[in-house]
Amino acid sequence: MKILVVDDERDIQALFEQRFRKEIRNGEMEFEFAFSGEEALVYLNNPEHEAVLILSDINMPGMSGLELLRQIKHKFEAPPPPAPVVMMVTAYGDSENYNQAISLGADDFLTKPIDFNLLKEKLKNKA
Amino acid sequence: MLIELILVVFFVRYLRKNLDMAQSMPRWDGILKIILLISVIMIGLEFSVAPLRPYISWAAHLMMLYLIYVLYSQREFHTARPIMLAFAPYIIIAVATDVAKLTPEDYTSSFRSMLKSASTFSVIWMVAMWIITNRQRKALEKEKQKTREQHEQNQVTSSLKAQLEVQVAERTAELTRQKEELEQALSELKATQAQLIQAEKMASLGELTAGIAHEIQNPLNFVNNFSEVSVELTEELREEIAKLPINADQKANLNELSDDLIQNQQKINTHGKRADAIVKGMLQHSRSSSGLKEPTDLNGLADEYLRLTYHGLRAKDKSFNASMKTDFDPTIGQISVVPQEIGRVLLNLLTNAFYAVAEKKKLSPDNYEPTVWVVTRKMDKKVEIRIRDNGNGIPAAVKEKIFQPFFTTKPSGEGTGLGLSLSYDIITKGHGGSIRAETAEGSFTEFIIILPI
Repeated sequence: MKILVVDDERDIQALFEQRFRKEIRNGEMEFEFAFSGEEALVYLNNPEHEAVLILSDINMPGMSGLELLRQIKHKFEAPPPPAPVVMMVTAYGDSENYNQAISLGADDFLTKPIDFNLLKEKLKNKA
Repeated sequence: MLIELILVVFFVRYLRKNLDMAQSMPRWDGILKIILLISVIMIGLEFSVAPLRPYISWAAHLMMLYLIYVLYSQREFHTARPIMLAFAPYIIIAVATDVAKLTPEDYTSSFRSMLKSASTFSVIWMVAMWIITNRQRKALEKEKQKTREQHEQNQVTSSLKAQLEVQVAERTAELTRQKEELEQALSELKATQAQLIQAEKMASLGELTAGIAHEIQNPLNFVNNFSEVSVELTEELREEIAKLPINADQKANLNELSDDLIQNQQKINTHGKRADAIVKGMLQHSRSSSGLKEPTDLNGLADEYLRLTYHGLRAKDKSFNASMKTDFDPTIGQISVVPQEIGRVLLNLLTNAFYAVAEKKKLSPDNYEPTVWVVTRKMDKKVEIRIRDNGNGIPAAVKEKIFQPFFTTKPSGEGTGLGLSLSYDIITKGHGGSIRAETAEGSFTEFIIILPI
C-alpha cells in the first residue's frame, strides 16, 4: 500500500519512516512525501503513481490542505479510477476545520500530536 | 367781616382735607372742627344780629391769628405753611384796619386810605398766591404720585426678585442633584471601563493563547512522537547489542547506556505529554461553545460536582478531609445553561476551595475546621451561585490576576493556571454572566457567579 504524506514540516518524513519502519521493512506499506500542496498535485498528476491513501496537513504555506483535498476529490470524482482515500491531519482540531474537511469529502480527520497507534489502526482498516 | 370768616371756614376745610387730619392727627382735627363750627355760627350771626358785627370781626381775627400761630408753631402743619403766605397780608391788613377803626378818624385818615388800597393789593396777592400755591401743590402731588408709583414698582421688582431668588435656589438645587447624579454615573462608567479593559485583556489573551496553543502542537507532535519512537529504537538497539560477539563487560556498558537513553526519551515524552495537556487546556478557552444550553437543575448539578470533587480529592489523598455545607434555593427551578461547562466551572472553583482549606489545615491548630459552602439563590432575573471556603484567602496583590491565564499560586506542576481563566470565559462569554471573588486574607474566599435567566 502506497501512502502519500503531505506536510510542510520536513521532519515528518523521518518520523513516519521511523514509526512505520517495521511496516516498510516487511513491504506492508510504502511512503511518499510531498512538502506542499502543489508538490502533492504534481505527484498525483503522474499517471504512474500508485498512492491509494493521502495523509495531508491543513495549515501549509501556499496551497492549503483543504484546497488540495478539494482538487483531489474534484479531479478523481467519477470512477474509475476510484478517488483516493484522503485523511486530514491538523493541529487545528476545531469544529470549523473539521466540518469543512468533511464537507469537502475527507475520509477521516486526525489531530496533532499524531497518535501513531491510532493512525496505524486506521490505515489498516482503510487498506 | 364776612370775608375773613369765609376764609377761616375755607382754610380749615383746606387743612383738614389736604393734611388728611382725621387720620393723621385726630386731636387737631377736633380743635379745627370746633373752629369750623364757631365760624359757621358767626357767619349766621353776622347776617342776623347787626350790632354784634364788630365783635364777630374781632373773633374772626383771633381765630385767624390762632390758626397762623398753630401753623407756625406745630411741625405737623409745615406743609400747609405756604398757603399762609397767601392769607397773611390780607389778615394783617384786616387786623390793622380794625385797629385803626378804634382810633379817632381824622388822626388816622391817611393811614386808613393807605390800608384800603393795601387791602385791595392783599386780595390780589391772596388770589395770585393761591393760584401759585395750588399749582405747586399739584406739581408736588404729581411728584408724590410718581414717587408712589416708583415705590410700587420697586415693591413689584423686589417681589419679583424674591421670586427669582427662590427659582434660582430651586434650579441650583436641581443642578446640584444632577451634578451628583452625573458624578455617580461617571464613577460607574469608570468602573465599567476598568471591567471592560480587563475583559478585553482577557479576550485578547484568550485569542493569543489559542493561536500559540495550535502552533505549539506542531513541534509537540515531533517531540512526543520522536521520543516515543526513540524508546522503541533504543529497545531494538538493545536486541541488536545482545546479538553482538562482544564480552560481558562491554555488553553491560552498552546496555547501561541504552537504558539511560530509554529513560531520557521517556522523560522527554512524559514532559511533552504534560505540555500537551496544558495546550489542550488552553484550547478549551477558544473552543467555540460547542455545548448546547439546556434546562438544568443547578442545585442538582452543584451538589453532584461538590461530591465529585470531594471524592476525587479523597481518592488522591486519604488524609484529606473537609466539611461541606450546602444551602440551595429550591425555587431556582430549571436554568438554561451548558451543564458540562458550568460543571467544569464548579469543579475548578471547588477544587480550589478544597485545596485552600487543605493548605490551611496543614498549618493550623486542631480546632480549625476546614469547610466549603455552596449556596444558590434565585434573584430578580438572575441566579447566584456562591462557593465559599474558610481557607487563607487571596492576597490583595494577586486578586486582580486570578482570572488571567497561567496565573497560579500552586507549586509547579500542580496547577496549569487555566482553571479560573477558563471559568471566567465560560461564565462571561459562554453564558453572559459574571464571576467575581470576595476574600479576606487569612479567613475566607468566596466566588460569586451570577447567571442571567
